[in-house]
Amino acid sequence: MTPTLSVRNLRVEIPTRRGVLRAIDDLSFDIAPGEVLGMVGESGAGKSITGSAIIGLLEPPGRVAGGEIRLAGERIDHLPPERMRHVRGKRIGMIFQDPLTSLNPLYRIGEQLTETILTHEQLSGRAARDKAQRLLEEVGIPAAAERLSAYPHQFSGGMRQRVVIALALAADPQLVIADEPTTALDVSVQAQIIALLKRICADRGASVMLITHDMGVIAETADRVCVLYAGRLAEIGPVRDVVKHPQHPYTRGLMAAIPSLAGDPDEKLAQIPGSMPRLGAIPPGCAFNPRCDFAFDRCRAERPDAYPAGATQAACFLHDAKNPPPPEIAGRASEVGLGVTRAPAEVPQ
Amino acid sequence: MLAFAIRRLVQAIGVMLVVALISFIMFRFVGDPVNQLVGVDTSPEDRAALREALGLNDPVLLQFGRFILRAAQLDFGISYQFKQPVAALIASRLPATLELSLVSAFFALAVGVPMGVFTGLYPRSWASRAFLAISLIGVSLPTFLIGILLIFLVSVNLGWLPSFGRGAVVDIGFGWTTGLLTTSGLQSLILPSITLGLFQMTLIMRLVRGEMLEVLRTDYIKFARARGLSRRAINFGHALKNTLVPVITITGLQVGSIIAFAIITETVFQWPGMGLMFLQAVQSVDIPIMAAYLLLIAFLFVTINFIVDLLYVAVDPRIRLGGARG
Repeated sequence: MTPTLSVRNLRVEIPTRRGVLRAIDDLSFDIAPGEVLGMVGESGAGKSITGSAIIGLLEPPGRVAGGEIRLAGERIDHLPPERMRHVRGKRIGMIFQDPLTSLNPLYRIGEQLTETILTHEQLSGRAARDKAQRLLEEVGIPAAAERLSAYPHQFSGGMRQRVVIALALAADPQLVIADEPTTALDVSVQAQIIALLKRICADRGASVMLITHDMGVIAETADRVCVLYAGRLAEIGPVRDVVKHPQHPYTRGLMAAIPSLAGDPDEKLAQIPGSMPRLGAIPPGCAFNPRCDFAFDRCRAERPDAYPAGATQAACFLHDAKNPPPPEIAGRASEVGLGVTRAPAEVPQ
Repeated sequence: MLAFAIRRLVQAIGVMLVVALISFIMFRFVGDPVNQLVGVDTSPEDRAALREALGLNDPVLLQFGRFILRAAQLDFGISYQFKQPVAALIASRLPATLELSLVSAFFALAVGVPMGVFTGLYPRSWASRAFLAISLIGVSLPTFLIGILLIFLVSVNLGWLPSFGRGAVVDIGFGWTTGLLTTSGLQSLILPSITLGLFQMTLIMRLVRGEMLEVLRTDYIKFARARGLSRRAINFGHALKNTLVPVITITGLQVGSIIAFAIITETVFQWPGMGLMFLQAVQSVDIPIMAAYLLLIAFLFVTINFIVDLLYVAVDPRIRLGGARG
């Protein structure tokens, strides 16, 4: 089956005065129809830029410098602006982080909804208004008919994010990119919004790319998860495997750094030493090598491809079966559950 | 909405009373009104009688009350200089100033807003840079210099437009004379309007540009783009409308100051308006005209501000209910 979204070797560059920065470097992933893909990574890892690149709204001077983006098999990264405009909203919907600022304060909710609907569909004003009301009902806004004539400031944050979801889904897109949809909300509202997003997309068979740094949300919602580090793919695979048996040293560090309510409150959280490099100062070889406990010479010289690693794929030489790491490294790695699936002793020297 | 309007109205009346007080103090205590009215050879007895007749011996508060009562009936006394009622003098000069001011304001808006939108949308284009450079000239050159330059260039060297006066005017009833209906009237209006409006135009352009740049960076514009709305809907529907609140404020205040500061332009172009009359009044210490002019300008400012406040509410729903809810 053709994936809803297929990203191949995507490269996003930002020209600056001090040279060209690579915000996204050689990133590939697919999203199957109806699938929810979680995008995780630290701030600056390139999650949001990936989303913006897909929907064609990179902030200038950022630009797609290489690779392909295909939506249901059709290339969309080179479309002329006017055709790309019809992809946005109609085929790809996007939800932003802050519902308080995503809605134009000067227009009624109903006006913003019907405007979006009429941009993409040939409907009468009456029919568009009916559809707007159905959408509001669908996202769980009580007394939808009256709320159509309310202004954004008359809604609470959670309600506004529901309106934003209704707006993003107004023209029934095949793919919804949700960029930190719950970060700005109260914890008690977050779960409702995530459940709503998941249900409403499942009803329509829409795929979701869920960008967040909240592993809890990912574990709850996503089918698969894609971990980014410094604009590069670290690991991608089914959410259960990535969370329970991470195969990239970075993912492992990330999972260990999540506090658990059940854990001992006095226990110190694990940390990854150092911090993610700035885009202008990515080390040669694997971007993670200066912070990695298992780095060896090759990691400092060559960039790893994504290798199959158990149920996931990890961009780490620990998983290169053809050219395995030194036995000492592999031994240490396998003790913590990382490394090639075969026992280190069996690896041909 | 009505409560809001009434609150603002009460504030406006308060402001007017304060200005009236200043105007009254000037009228009553800057020089002796009696001295201005009588000749050098008037006897002290006659002076005392006139003082009594004018009510100048009454308590100050009573005099102030009378002043306000008269002003409310548009009675500002007799001009020392022209020996005519001030109200009639002002009424005969008002149309010239108002026409000049409104045409200037219209020019400033009609040119300034589109230029501001353009420079905001295409900040890097050639035309934008040219507009900004021109606007810098408009902001930094004093009005009288622009007027003189225009006269020198267009009237003297090219001979296209008249350099002074109002041209032929037509009386359209209620004592209102207009220059908008005759060719020479319209021709005479062009240079003074540009002179008077140029500064406001560049101000409005820079304001709209700044606001556009700001608004185009907001999340709701990003979200509007992500929904695939057309460029026109985004730029003019969503972005421009959000820039309007500050633009309305500034434009409103500027209309007031255009009227008030038409003095200079009217002098340069010998425009027969209130400004020119005020300047002549200052030269001959014609206090009643000065006091009335002060009141009139204050009244215009207050009225315009009141209208601006009501316009806010029409544009921005968040102001409607006395502040936003979280």
